[in-house]
Order: sequence, then C-alpha cells, then structure tokens
Amino acid sequence: MRFVDEFREPELISKTAEEIRRLAGTDRHYRLMEVCGGHTHAIYRFGLKDILPENIELIHGPGCPVCVLPMGRIDDGLAIAQHPDVIFAAFGDMMRVPGTQGSPLKHKARGMDIRIVYSPSDALKLARLNPEKHVMFFAIGFETTAPSTALTMMRAKAEGICNFSVFCNHVTIIPAIRAILDSPDMRLDAFIGPGHVSTVIGCRPYEWIAHNERKPIVVSGFEPLDMLQSIVMILHQLRKGEARVENQYKRVVPWEGNRAALRAMAEVFELRPYFEWRGLGFISQSALGVNDKYAGWDAEQRFEVPGVRVTDPKAAQCGEVLKGVLKPHQCKLFGRECTPEHPIGALMVSSEGSCAAYHNYEHRKAAMVSLSSVA
Amino acid sequence: MCLAIPGKIVEISPDNRDSALVEVVGVRRKIDLGLLQDDKPVPGDWVLVHVGFAMSKISEQDAADQMNTLRMLGEIEGAMQEVQGYGLEEVN
Repeated sequence: MRFVDEFREPELISKTAEEIRRLAGTDRHYRLMEVCGGHTHAIYRFGLKDILPENIELIHGPGCPVCVLPMGRIDDGLAIAQHPDVIFAAFGDMMRVPGTQGSPLKHKARGMDIRIVYSPSDALKLARLNPEKHVMFFAIGFETTAPSTALTMMRAKAEGICNFSVFCNHVTIIPAIRAILDSPDMRLDAFIGPGHVSTVIGCRPYEWIAHNERKPIVVSGFEPLDMLQSIVMILHQLRKGEARVENQYKRVVPWEGNRAALRAMAEVFELRPYFEWRGLGFISQSALGVNDKYAGWDAEQRFEVPGVRVTDPKAAQCGEVLKGVLKPHQCKLFGRECTPEHPIGALMVSSEGSCAAYHNYEHRKAAMVSLSSVA
Repeated sequence: MCLAIPGKIVEISPDNRDSALVEVVGVRRKIDLGLLQDDKPVPGDWVLVHVGFAMSKISEQDAADQMNTLRMLGEIEGAMQEVQGYGLEEVN
C-alpha cells in the first residue's frame, strides 16, 4: 500500500479496504470495468490494485477519447489542414497522436499551421483574429467536451463567423458500453461509471445496464476513497444479487445531468448512423455528427475528406487491451517498440490510456522490484 | 482536455452574462458560463471547468478536494497550463 500515507483520511481508506476484503470473500472472482480513462489513470497512480484483494480484477474500459479515435480520422483532419489557408486547432492531447504520416506536432514542424488551444472558444477566437484564414477545430471527447463544442458552434452561427468549422469526432459513452457487453469474449460483473461524463448525461442513461443486463453500475468520483467506496457499493449489490444504478459522486453529479449542456448538444449535433472506434470496430449510433442547421460550420461538409481507413499495426493488440481481454503488458509491442516516448498504439499516447498508465506506474514498479532483488 | 479544474467566480462580465472571470490558484482567466444557464453561478461560487466552460457548480470543500485529487494525480501542472492557455494567452 505504497501511496496510502499520501492520501487524505488514510484510516478511512484502510477501513474501506478491509470492508472490500470482507465483502469479496474468497469464494468467487469479480471482474469490474472502470469505463472512464480518468479512473484508469487514478487506479494506477494511487496503486489501488495493491489495496484490493486478488479476486477483484479491474478491467480498463474505452473511456479515453484520444485512445479510441481511429488513425484514419487524424489523417482526414490533417488532409484538410493541407489547404494553405487552413489553421488546424486542437487540444494539446491530440498533438502527439500518430497519424500515418506522423502526429500533428510533426506536421507543424514541417510547416503546417497547427495550433494548440485549450478551449473550443479559443479556436473561434483564432477565427476572429485571422479573418483571411479558415480555422478548423479538431473536436474530440465524450459528453464532457461535446457541449462546449456545440455552444461554440452556436456562437459562431449567431455572430456570423464563417471562417470557422469543426471536424467533429465526439463520441458517446453508452453505445460503447453496449458494444462491450455484446462482445462474446467479455465477461463483466459490474461497472464503475464515469464521473464527469455523468455531470452532463446524469445517471438515467445507465438504467438499461441494470435493468436489461442485470449488472450494477456505480457512478464514481476520482479520489482513492471515492473509488473504494464505489467498489463497496458494487459488492453489496452483487452479494445481494441486485443490479441498480447508484451515484457515489452525488456531490458533483446530479441524477438528471446538466440540461443546458444536453440542449446545446441537441441543437447542433445528430447521431451518426455508425462510427469506427479504435479497437472496438464500427459501433452504430455511437458518435455525434453536425446536423443540417450547422452544415456551414461542419468541416466534413465544407471540405473534401479523403475518408482514410488505417488498420492498426498487426503486432499491436490495442483492440484486445481496450476490451480488457489482454492486460497492457501482454501485448507483444508493450515497452519495446511501443513506449510513451514512441507510441505506436493510441493507448500509449494519453496519460489516461491504459498502456501509458501501466507503463508509467506498474512497469516502473516492477523494474524497481527486480533491481532491488538483484541488489 | 479531460481535466475538471475547480475555479472560483470572481466577476461576471457586465456586458456579457455568459462570460466570467475565474480564479484558479491565483491565476485569473475568462471562462464561459453558457452551459450553466439553468443555474447561473454568482461571484463567490465555485465551479468545475472543462475546456474553458463551467460545467457544474460545486461547494468550496469539493473544489478543495478536486484540487487535491489533481495534485495526487500529478496533474496540477497540466491543469495550470490549461487555465493559463485560456484566451490564447500562450498561442499568440
């Protein structure tokens, strides 16, 4: 329990860990999926696996937007950015994600006009500042960032700013969970539900998971104690044979979500019939496209998009890792060809990707253990 | 991008009710309040900010807890970089 001393309320954490041990018993194995990449990062950073009993296995879910974006979409976005008048604006997280011809950062080094923005409204500001150019915002993220993109497009339309468009890669979490539950090689007992996505969508959209699939789901905060308490709540349900949606993160997540944010999304976006997810393949109605009212601000309608499809390198097993069938270190490329410094798969790029998280914390720990055993 | 950054509302813009000055650990930047239309914050309130937009109102205690979580995750630097970048301060 290496990090426990750093935590607030270490006694409460030890008590909760003890409660988990008691509830988990030894008679069965539990497979719990944390859907959100932020939780994956926290689990590794806090060393929660060292606190949990061995029969509780945490499977890392698809909730890292950078990780699930297919390489072809990056190539498509960069193809639009080839136009001499286009400024390509994206969050910093996107800059190191490899496309076929290199990352956006590499394209910037080759002279392309690529800018980091920290907010979609700053991409719109770039358009105001550069009226002779066209600013294309490469939008990415789940429901935590999609409403901000939507509101920015509403502002662009209201102000009549026409040299601005969005290359929309926003995805929605519910269809991804459904795809995972439908996958034949996936056996899960329960879900730790995403925290910040739920501030927008609320808890109601998860009810089918409990009612139809008979799996508990507990929306959780990000502190170590939050996640341990969520696991206690899940185990209580499983021991009693119940399946309900519960909200451990009530202090931030309202049951009904954020209606103003949902209205903004409904104003601008429509569900795409299908969208490709890296590692999971095509999932129907799983992503947001721009509706006809906002066609003038949709980069895919304003520019020719090559529609590139790139298969992941054969040796890379991102798909299996993303579905939780393989652990990160079981991939043939892990830590050798594919490292956070030179990522091949997207799971290695973002600190919320399970491979990068595993590499940064577990791998290093294992290396230290083997060194100390030599000494 | 996925960071939720706690900030305190310092001032609402007199000419634009959807724009507010927030303070995050001494750094002041403008953020957008347009996604909290149903429950508008006032100066002194705490909010969670994602990519320059306030997404939810929180208590002062929750704001302190969230800052602590970011610190434990080693994300304070990233969060401060994000906040300092709002308004293109580092872009142009």
